[in-house]
Amino acid sequence: MWIYEKRLQYPVRVDTTNPTLAAMIIEQFGGADGELSAGIRYLSQRWSMPTGKTKALLTDIGTEELAHWEMIGTLVYKLTKDATIDQIKGTPFEAHYVNHGKGVYPHDAAGVPWIAAYIGVKGDPVADLYEDMAAEEKARATYEWLINISDDPGVTDTLRFLRQREIVHFQRFGEALRMVQEHNESKKYY
Amino acid sequence: MDREQMNLLVEIMEENFVVLETALYLDTHPYDEAALRLHNSSSQRYHQLVDMYESRYGPLRNTSMSGHPWAYIDEPWPWDINFANL
Repeated sequence: MWIYEKRLQYPVRVDTTNPTLAAMIIEQFGGADGELSAGIRYLSQRWSMPTGKTKALLTDIGTEELAHWEMIGTLVYKLTKDATIDQIKGTPFEAHYVNHGKGVYPHDAAGVPWIAAYIGVKGDPVADLYEDMAAEEKARATYEWLINISDDPGVTDTLRFLRQREIVHFQRFGEALRMVQEHNESKKYY
Repeated sequence: MDREQMNLLVEIMEENFVVLETALYLDTHPYDEAALRLHNSSSQRYHQLVDMYESRYGPLRNTSMSGHPWAYIDEPWPWDINFANL
């Protein structure tokens, strides 16, 4: 069951129309290490988690990722909504525009559409939690590359918030991994 | 959206952030009493703020009560709010 709350998790601000920056930020909307991958990955892994703690954590982080996906979509939307054709022409956003107009479609910065092959669901909690920790670090790195190329203070502010969330999630997944390993140890009798 | 409405909405975001962050922490530290106290007091404040917002400006959730006509559909939707002057 899910409930939508009609607000963003964080006040997303964009200072200047910038289709080029939108075309790069869409990496986190439909890219391999983006927020859609994160949300679908964690929510799909829940059924094979062994404890209440790990089921709760994947549910809560997976749900937060969908709120982050909404924030990224909002960044792309706000960066392009007032763009004129002349502002779009010659930018990397032009290729997006000829297929999707100003619609926000889940593909990466190179235009490759999102696929489920970006995520793993191994049915093994240790393998899945290691993947989740790696995914958080890869998303953190992507946010750092995006922050490096952003020249919009509003956009950078949102990217910094999202980068920080990756670090917190990594920490929680690490704790969950240790708990699962202890749980597995406790089941062994010699 | 006027200033007053935006300020209340941002206050809800802030309080909800505390609730969410303590929830994630409690998922892996369920016996931490200080974190639980912070979670519970923030949860109470968050629900008070949501009730206040919804009674003034309409539903944040489609499960909430609304005046006539149904106000859940009212603009602006979250991605259309301009936080530039925050």
